[in-house]
Amino acid sequence: MPKRAAPLHTPPMPGNPLRRLAARTVGHGVVLACKAVTAVRADWRGIPPEPRQRVYYANHTSNADMPMIWSVLPPELRDRTRPVAAADYWLQTPARAFFGAEVFRGVLIERRPDARTDNPMETILQALDEGASLILFPEGKRNIGTEPLLPFRAGLYNIGVERPGVELVPTWIANLNAIMPKGEVIPLPLIATVTFGAPVRVEPGEEKDAFLARAAQSLANLRDPT
Amino acid sequence: MTADFALLALAVAGLLLALTLTAEALRARVPPGRRVPGVEAFAVRVRNWWAMAILLALALLLGRAGVVLLFALTAFAALREVATYTAKAREDHTALALAFFAVLPLQFLFVGLGWPGVFTIFIPVYVFLGLSVLSALRGSPARFLARVAETQWALMICVYGASHIPALMTLDLPGPDGGTLLIAFLILAVQGGEVAEGIVGRRHRSRPIAPALSPRNWHGAGAGVAAAALIGALLSWLTPFGIVGAALMAAVALAVGLAGTLVLAAVKRERGVRDWSHLIPGQGGILDQLGGVFFTAPVFYHLAHLGWSA
Repeated sequence: MPKRAAPLHTPPMPGNPLRRLAARTVGHGVVLACKAVTAVRADWRGIPPEPRQRVYYANHTSNADMPMIWSVLPPELRDRTRPVAAADYWLQTPARAFFGAEVFRGVLIERRPDARTDNPMETILQALDEGASLILFPEGKRNIGTEPLLPFRAGLYNIGVERPGVELVPTWIANLNAIMPKGEVIPLPLIATVTFGAPVRVEPGEEKDAFLARAAQSLANLRDPT
Repeated sequence: MTADFALLALAVAGLLLALTLTAEALRARVPPGRRVPGVEAFAVRVRNWWAMAILLALALLLGRAGVVLLFALTAFAALREVATYTAKAREDHTALALAFFAVLPLQFLFVGLGWPGVFTIFIPVYVFLGLSVLSALRGSPARFLARVAETQWALMICVYGASHIPALMTLDLPGPDGGTLLIAFLILAVQGGEVAEGIVGRRHRSRPIAPALSPRNWHGAGAGVAAAALIGALLSWLTPFGIVGAALMAAVALAVGLAGTLVLAAVKRERGVRDWSHLIPGQGGILDQLGGVFFTAPVFYHLAHLGWSA
């Protein structure tokens, strides 16, 4: 039996129905804002938007990446999709904690090894075992350079090995680094596109580095418009 | 509102009803379970026209504020479509944010206030000079001219052009409605002419005007101009132009509009996109639908002002 994670990592869903209503309302506001400002659009190029258990792994250039993916998911998919996010960022202030834990229902993991109380992979696997789909940024941090992708961390591989039934879906977010570059406050209303590619899986006997390179290539291939 | 507006609204509603019935009749001839793309596209088009007509009618009923707001939102969506594909660097963030959140609202505010001395030169003079200074102050010489020029171009088409549609209301023209119904006149003439151009252009396949850009040909363009002139003459009662003047104004508006769609096709071709966006189901973006009207509006405004303004 997986033991319950430490409180810092998975703040309990609020029992208070008013708080839950507030979180849902704010969530709708986020979707509306993303769609009104950037007219964000989903391109389901490799898979249909079906309610299957998936890990959407995406490129990360901006803090708005996660809300964008979250917004283009159809509501019935969005309801069961949780972003994997950094606890040290999302639990820093009460306002961020409200968004991170209650609006987006993030799976919050600790990036700083010295502050860890348990294994982040266990927290992620536990969320999958509870039936959630995940949004994951395997680069681990925002990419502010000119390379399309930074090297992937091992998490995606470990998920693929531990839970082979979960679809690993490459998810390319275009244009967000122009919409909201690091350090800017006002987002530019340019059109963002979220492209979902065909799922990848860990082949039997596949090495970690070979798989991660292949997964990164599948993601980078989505950059070109059809 | 006047009897002219009511009559026009009835006429447009009747026309759209006839088109809707035609689309349904075409659909009824398709065997069940099958879809004919052409018929479906036509039905989608008619539905979008209904939406456009209803939005415009509501805005006209609300008066100048309603029309200004409607076209400000349209311009916002159009500017978003172009700015998505223009050259920009991180140093342009402030200039672009100002374009969307200061230049655009101010331009439409000046139109709403009815200050032609300001809204006709604000973007071509002050914004033109100011935004390039702003980008220069942030440094970065890389592709500098391309960046500032493309931003300015986007503003001229999407904001300056679009704002001259509601600006028609500020013209001091004879008649009970002033320039208000000229908006409907311009949009009906250009959209009607574009439809005629599309139909005839596809029927009579001949050498395209600009083969590398678009399949449009002179047959279609000629038919479009003729159709616009006919629509203009039929709608001359909306204008102070007289029958011949209305036919000429509509023909010129369409010719400039068609030229504009060719220019926009060149930009799309260069940037490798088929449609400007997916905002209008089945028809692409705002600019795919209204680019010609935006392009022609400042010319139409200027000619109406020169020829008929009191």
